[in-house]
Amino acid sequence: MVDLSLHVLDIVENSIVGQASKIDVEIVEDEADDRLTLTIRDNGKGMEQTEARECLDPFYTTKDRKRVGLGLPLLAQAAEQCGGHLDVASVPGAGTTVTAVFQLSHVDRQPIGDMRTTLRVLTATQPEITFSYQYIARKNEPQESQPDEKADAKRS
Amino acid sequence: MKKLMPNDLERIREEMRAVTNLREGTGRARITMHMGTCGIASGARAVLNAFLTQIEGAGASDVILTTSGCAGLCSREPMATVELRGETPVKYVDLDEEKAARVFREHVQNGQIVAEFALGAGSERVS
Repeated sequence: MVDLSLHVLDIVENSIVGQASKIDVEIVEDEADDRLTLTIRDNGKGMEQTEARECLDPFYTTKDRKRVGLGLPLLAQAAEQCGGHLDVASVPGAGTTVTAVFQLSHVDRQPIGDMRTTLRVLTATQPEITFSYQYIARKNEPQESQPDEKADAKRS
Repeated sequence: MKKLMPNDLERIREEMRAVTNLREGTGRARITMHMGTCGIASGARAVLNAFLTQIEGAGASDVILTTSGCAGLCSREPMATVELRGETPVKYVDLDEEKAARVFREHVQNGQIVAEFALGAGSERVS
């Protein structure tokens, strides 16, 4: 993956397979902490704790007749090579939250990329799912506070 | 890239409404884009977006556009399956935006399979 918007498309695919009806994507850029946090939260069927751990293993997959599952491991690798980490928190029956943290200024940190196209293709092909996307930039300018940018796409 | 604003998403939703209605109804054709990790990494999003643009441009409200996971042939991604009602589904491989536009025009709209982009052609070699 060359940018975060492609990772989002890929991870959201897991939420779709997990029968989510609502998927929230949030990107927070925090200059003071030099951190970019990408969060993908769904209300799908969730995973047991052991599975939530195993899903970061590239040789773990739920697919039949397949030996690898690379979506989450690729995002974990992208985060870790930028001084960050990836967490998967899941509650069976309630949903899963994937959080990837990057060092914002890291030279290898992937750009956010084309979130517009990611959202366009998701809302077009998954009309029964409600997507929301929020991008928050906390700038390092103490004399003037920056308003947060919020964007929500809701489908009924 | 321009920042995405709330009214953009509202506009996208309106634009998509015509397309998304198809899934409930009985479409004339179905395009399934393979969106596994392998597909996305090799450019499936641009191809899917191209199909969407073609459908919108043609006002083809009877074409269903949907996605599936990895089809097991990662080296030939991006892949899409085109199925006209009552006909055999055809898998197209190594797609890009231009090929998608041609597949849409020739196969989806005119019923002519684009053999050169299809996964298989010809018979097994006998020796």
